[in-house]
Amino acid sequence: MKIFNSTRSVPSGRWSPGMLHPLPCSRQRLQHSSAKKRSTVGLAPFFFGLLFMLTAIATEAPAGTGSGELVVRPQGPVASIAEAIELAEPGTTIRIMAGTYNERELVISKKLTLTGEGFPVIDARNEGFILKVLADSVQIRGIEFRNTGVSYTRDHAALLVEDANGVVIDGNRFTDNFFAIYLATVRGSLVANNHITASGTREASSGNGIHLWSTWDIEVTGNTIRGHRDGIYLEFAKGALIYENVSNGNLRYGLHFMFSDDSHYHDNTFSNNGAGVAVMYSKNVKMTGNRFVENWGPAAYGLLLKDISDSQISGNLFRDNTIAIHSEGSNRIAVKNNHIIRNGWGVKVMANSQNNVFSSNNFIENTFDVATNSRRNYNTFEGNYWSRYDGYDLDQTGTGDVPHRPVRLYSLIVEQNPASLILIRSFFIDLLDLAERIMPTLTPETLIDEKPLMKEVNL
Amino acid sequence: MNTLKIIKYQLQDVIRSRWIIFYTLFFWLITDALFRFGGSGEHVILSLMNVVLIVIPLVSIVLGAMYLYNSREYIELLLSQPITRSSLFSGLYAGLTIPLASGFALGILVPFAYHGGLTSEAAAGVLFLVFVGILLTVVFTALAFSIALRFEDKIKGLGLSLVLWLFFAVIYDGLILFIIFLFSYYPLQNPVIALTMLNPVDLARILLMLNFDISALMGFTGAVFQRFFGSGFGMAVSLGVMLLWLAIPLSVAFRVFLRKDF
Repeated sequence: MKIFNSTRSVPSGRWSPGMLHPLPCSRQRLQHSSAKKRSTVGLAPFFFGLLFMLTAIATEAPAGTGSGELVVRPQGPVASIAEAIELAEPGTTIRIMAGTYNERELVISKKLTLTGEGFPVIDARNEGFILKVLADSVQIRGIEFRNTGVSYTRDHAALLVEDANGVVIDGNRFTDNFFAIYLATVRGSLVANNHITASGTREASSGNGIHLWSTWDIEVTGNTIRGHRDGIYLEFAKGALIYENVSNGNLRYGLHFMFSDDSHYHDNTFSNNGAGVAVMYSKNVKMTGNRFVENWGPAAYGLLLKDISDSQISGNLFRDNTIAIHSEGSNRIAVKNNHIIRNGWGVKVMANSQNNVFSSNNFIENTFDVATNSRRNYNTFEGNYWSRYDGYDLDQTGTGDVPHRPVRLYSLIVEQNPASLILIRSFFIDLLDLAERIMPTLTPETLIDEKPLMKEVNL
Repeated sequence: MNTLKIIKYQLQDVIRSRWIIFYTLFFWLITDALFRFGGSGEHVILSLMNVVLIVIPLVSIVLGAMYLYNSREYIELLLSQPITRSSLFSGLYAGLTIPLASGFALGILVPFAYHGGLTSEAAAGVLFLVFVGILLTVVFTALAFSIALRFEDKIKGLGLSLVLWLFFAVIYDGLILFIIFLFSYYPLQNPVIALTMLNPVDLARILLMLNFDISALMGFTGAVFQRFFGSGFGMAVSLGVMLLWLAIPLSVAFRVFLRKDF
């Protein structure tokens, strides 16, 4: 039984159904937001679930709900998935054997487990949606969804989950769909190890890979998304935990979220997306250990922050982006221990971003380490490593004796007048920068790193 | 035939005077040092770019003028022989540019070769850098010739060469910046492209940078530049302008040389 047959597999016991339902309080969740601690009694069904799961895998038997199983095969007595769903009692496991099923607009409104064997293909032949889940605790594994319809008025999804709890979508493939996975008003569910690809060419005729709208406590992990409009899109997704996903080569954003407070994103990779990653209008967000690389283009950002507050960005890698971090209207963010290397702009902080603290980051070989649009400074830069720093450390404390001014005069000029970018790397500009460094008159007076590090921070 | 003989004699003369060896060593040491201080191929090219854009015009224009002033007696001697002025002129010009260009190319390419930079994907980049460097060399030696032949006074000629270098390498960019700010309410992309094309140093800089894909940095402006310079048409125009920068000063110098009463 190939449950975890995908590019990134997670240890099998980790995502048992019991962990998510009826009490959506996995270990990670408890660590993540301690405010939501529940009684440890809740762990009992969790372990039962784990046990069931493990026996299910070990014996290759259907999950032991006791309600039996139904087998769908192309030439079998039950030849269509629609028929199987119709026949199945709640709690049944439907095993779908390898083959191609030309079906669409399937609706599940009872608790079922759909398990594909050898990746059966459900092909909607470019019309309508494929599968809609309206019941709690449904599990979908090992199925390939293909070719939903493209619509400019309806969000056709390969797999739509609506008003449900504890749904598991694990180890599936999604190929050339409009939207791949769409969760609307869903709680405590898991989207893991799915391989999602599309070959969209225009934003308007292309949907999102994983789309969460109005959800609570969803975990998205180990997915690979490529070629959609936004790789992962979240709107009103409270307490989402997004980790170890790879989102690259999407038309617009690798990750795009709005109004999603208390979320945690870690160890994801976002590369080569049309416009990088955009996070907006959220509070209390943690972004740690992610890789933002090669988002390179006239309008691409490693990470675009818009109205994000009280958040934490640490341990990330930003490499070869046009703008590594662009901050607009974002306040009280701790940017720490990030590796910001070879970007056009390292950090671009607009004057409406205040009380952010940038500390212990490595700024290496960025064309502009820090840029801003104001002479005033409302943020703190302290104890970072700047490859551009040319001071000295006579007293051997590890921090330079001379403060570092990371804003080049040229970055201000460019901010005021983009056409002057044609003078990039010109000798004249180097002279201007040098003159400004010696006698600062135009760059923000207080935007200074008083304790620049002499050596890179080890991350 | 006479031209070749003159070139041969000039080469011997140039090598005897040793400055070409220092010139080659200069590039050699810088390239080598950049590799040793931990640069990959592409890194080294980007660092070399600034050196090339400053040093080559300066050395070409100053040395070119000096060379002509110093070979005054030699020119007078040869003109008394049955040699046409055009073959003497081309011999002199080639005798200067060939060692300058090959010294520069050698100084860059040899360290690249033994540091393994030529096998990597940076190979195309360094070849382009060398190509642009050679273009700058021939353009600025041509400028030097036209200055040195126009002005009898050595001090005046050398001073003017320095001023011309300063103008192209530094002042011109200041003027562009001034114009950009003066007309900041107008869409300036196309005029600015035209302005940069009028300066061989700027043109070389833009061509090199587009080769390293820094253009994405430039946002909308960059997209306009990329579209122009990245297209075959833009490349052809840029090369054409470069060749004009070679042809005009060279023909001025040649004209003066033909009529000059030494």
